[in-house]
Amino acid sequence: MAKILHKEQLSENVVLMRLDAPLIAEERKAGQFIILQVDDDYGERIPLTIADADKEEGSITIIFQIVGQTTDELSRMNVGEDVPVLVGPLGKPTHIENFGRVVCVGGGIGVAPLHPIAQALKQAGNEVITIIGARNKDLVILEEEMKSIADEFIVCTDDGSYGRKALVTKPLKEICEREKKPDMVIAIGPPIMMKFCAETTRPYKVFTQVSLNTIMVDGTGMCGGCRVNVGTEVKFVCVDGPEFDAHLVDFDNMMTRLNSFKEIEHEKHRCYIDKLAEEKIAGGTK
Amino acid sequence: MSHLNANVIFEEAENLYNDIFPRVNELKVKDRIKIPMMEMPAQEPEIRVLNLDEVAIGYSEQQAIVEANRCIQCPTQECVSDCPVGIDIPVFINHIAHGNFQSAIDTIKETSLLPSICGRVCPQETQCQLHCSVGKVFKSVEKSVAIGRLERFVADWERKSGGVKIPAVKPATGKKVAVVGSGPAGLVVAADVRREGHDVTIFEAFHKLGGVMRYGIPEFRLPNDIVDEEIETLKKMGVEFKTNFVVGKTRSLINLLEKDGYDAAFVGTGAGLPIFMGIEGENLIGVFSANEYLTRANLMRAFEKMKSDTPMYRSKVVAVLGGGNVAMDASRMAKRLGAEKVYVVYRRTEKEMPARVEEVAHAKEEGIEFLFLNNAKRILGDITGHVHSMEVLRYELGEPDASGRRKPVVIEGSEYLLEVDTVIVAIGNGSNPLISQTTKGIAVNKWGNLIVDENQKTSIDRIYAGGDIVLGAATVILAMGEGRKAAKSINELLEIS
Repeated sequence: MAKILHKEQLSENVVLMRLDAPLIAEERKAGQFIILQVDDDYGERIPLTIADADKEEGSITIIFQIVGQTTDELSRMNVGEDVPVLVGPLGKPTHIENFGRVVCVGGGIGVAPLHPIAQALKQAGNEVITIIGARNKDLVILEEEMKSIADEFIVCTDDGSYGRKALVTKPLKEICEREKKPDMVIAIGPPIMMKFCAETTRPYKVFTQVSLNTIMVDGTGMCGGCRVNVGTEVKFVCVDGPEFDAHLVDFDNMMTRLNSFKEIEHEKHRCYIDKLAEEKIAGGTK
Repeated sequence: MSHLNANVIFEEAENLYNDIFPRVNELKVKDRIKIPMMEMPAQEPEIRVLNLDEVAIGYSEQQAIVEANRCIQCPTQECVSDCPVGIDIPVFINHIAHGNFQSAIDTIKETSLLPSICGRVCPQETQCQLHCSVGKVFKSVEKSVAIGRLERFVADWERKSGGVKIPAVKPATGKKVAVVGSGPAGLVVAADVRREGHDVTIFEAFHKLGGVMRYGIPEFRLPNDIVDEEIETLKKMGVEFKTNFVVGKTRSLINLLEKDGYDAAFVGTGAGLPIFMGIEGENLIGVFSANEYLTRANLMRAFEKMKSDTPMYRSKVVAVLGGGNVAMDASRMAKRLGAEKVYVVYRRTEKEMPARVEEVAHAKEEGIEFLFLNNAKRILGDITGHVHSMEVLRYELGEPDASGRRKPVVIEGSEYLLEVDTVIVAIGNGSNPLISQTTKGIAVNKWGNLIVDENQKTSIDRIYAGGDIVLGAATVILAMGEGRKAAKSINELLEIS
C-alpha cells in the first residue's frame, strides 16, 4: 500500500503523483520502474517509470498519461488515499558514466522517465543536450526541470504551438551532423518516436539507447509478456531492460505486440466510463 | 478411464463399505486384493468446463475406508521410501481403514505440513504409488492403492471438521529469519523455523500469497481457499508476511542480513522464467508463455471477465505446446475461458508425458485433443501480426536418450498446417535471475540454479535455498522436502549462534 502524498494535473491527460514508498525511494536508481494496481483483487498490473524520488520524505514521483482504465481510475484517486499495490524498483538501472556529449530526447510523457536519467548523466559530468517534444504546447511537461540540467535545450511541438515546429528527429539529426558528434543518445517516448530516433542516429553510428514500455504482468521475468527481439536475441524488458540498444530493437514487432489486447482494453475502459456516467446520473437524481 | 457420475460412485462405495467395514479385522490379503479401486468422483465434464470449481470432488468417508482396506500392509513399504518427505503411509492408511481419521491426519502431519495440497498435486504415480505392492499384483501403477486421494481425504476431513491444529511455537528466541517467496518451499521453511521460536518474515513479490500454487496451478485443481487456509495457519503461528516486496530489488538479500537484522535467509523463489521454443513466429500476437496465460487467469482473476481489469485473449482454437502438468492446466483453462477447440501438441507419446495421469484423463474428458508425436515448427500470422496457424511436424520414436525415454525423431517432409489463433508455450521454466543478479558472490550452475550443499546452504553463509530455484522446474512435494531440510539446517545454525 502506498499513500498518495501529492497530486498535480500536468496537462489535460497527464497526472503527477507523489507516493509514500520509503523502501523504493531508498533503493531506486535512474531508469527503473514500479508496478501498481488500483485494486488488490481485480486490478490490472501496470508498469510506470519512476520520475523522481525523495529519500528524506520517503516518496517517489510517478507521472502518467490517462490511456486506459487503470490510469483513468488512478487519476481519479486523491491525496490521502492508498494505492493498494505498489512494487519496485524493477528493471535494471540506466548505465551511467561520463560518455562526453549526450543527447537526451524525450517525447510526450517520455520526458518523465527521461528526467532522472538526464539528471544522473549531468551529475556524472556529461555535456547534456536535451530535446523535448510534444504534439502541442499543452502537452509539454517538465520543461523547467529539464532546462535546468541541460547545457543546451531544445523544445519542439508537432503543430508549432510552442518552440520549434518539428519532430524531435529533426534537431537530433542536426546535432548528429555537427562537427563534434554526440557520444550517446538516449530517447524515451512513444514507440514510433523511438524507432525514428534510432533510424536518425543509425547512419552516424551514434550509440543510442531507448527505454521500452511493453505489456507486462509480473515485472519480475516470470510471464514473458514483455519480450522483444533485440538483435538475434529475445529479451525480457522487465529483467533485461527496460533500456536497450536502439539500433538492435525490432520496433515493428514491439509495436505490433503492444496491440495484443487493444480491443479488449478499449471495451473495458468504455464500460468503466459508462459506469461512472451512470453513477453520476444516479447520484444527480438523489 | 471414462467419466463416471459421482452419485453412482458413491452408491457403489456405500455397498462395499457395508460389506467390508464390519469385518475389517478379519480381512485377508486375498480379500483386500479383491476390493475394487475407488474412483475419484468428479464434476460432470460438460458442467465443469463452464466453471473454475475443483474438478475432483474427493472421496466420501465410505470410499476412503474401502480404498484404505485395499492396502495389504506389506512389509516392503516402498511407498514410504518413494515419498520425498517419508510420510508413514501404511500407518496412516491403516488408521483410515479403521475409520480413525484424526489419527491418520496426525500421522501425516508428523512429516508433511501441507497434506491437503500434496494430496491434490503430487505426482503419486511416479512416487509413493509407483512401487505399491497392490499395483504390482495387477501389474499396473493405476491399480495401486490411491495414497494421494486418501491423503487428500483426511486433510479435507480435518479442515471441514474445523479442527486444524495450530502447531505449537516455542518461546521467542529473538532470532529472525527471512524467507523469500511464499510458494511451497517457503511455507514449509516458515512453519518449521517458526516452531522453534524464531521470528519469520515471508517476502512475496506478488500481491497475493502462495507462489506457484496461486499464479500457476488453477483453482479447478487446487482451490485458493485451501492455500489461504494453510497461510492462515502460519499467520496464527505468528509468521509475518510482506507482499509486493521483491527481494533483490526492493531490498537486496545481503541487506536483509546486514542492515535489517535477519540472522538467516531462505531463498525459495521458484523457477519463474519461461522457456520459449525459439521458433519463427513466436512473438506474434496470440502466442503466450503458459506462465503469462495462467497468471492472467489465476492470479489476476481474468477468468472473472466482468470483474477483472486484466484482459484475457479471446481464443477460438488453441494449441498448447508441451506435455507436463502446466500444459494440462493451460489447455483446460483455455477451454474454461471459452475456446472451442484446444489441442495439446507433444512431441513424444502419451506414455512419456510428465503430467499426472489424473490430469491427462480429466483433460481428455473435457474434450482436449492430444496430438502426440507432433511438434510446432513455426507459427504463422496475418498482416496484423495475429496468429492464424501453426506449421506442425510429425515425429516417430527412436532410440532411448539420456533420460531413458525414447527420443522423438522428425519425419522429414511431414509438415502440415494446423489452424489456430492462440499458441501457449508450456515447455518448462528456467531459473529466475533476480536473486543471482543482485546477490554478489552467490554460486549458480550453468542453468542459473542456485548451488547448495547437502544442508541446502548456498555459497554464502546464512543463506539457504530450496525448491525450483535449486532443482529447476520440479514439483510441490520436492520443494517441500527441500524446505524441510533447509529449515532443519537453519534451526541448527540459530541454535549454536
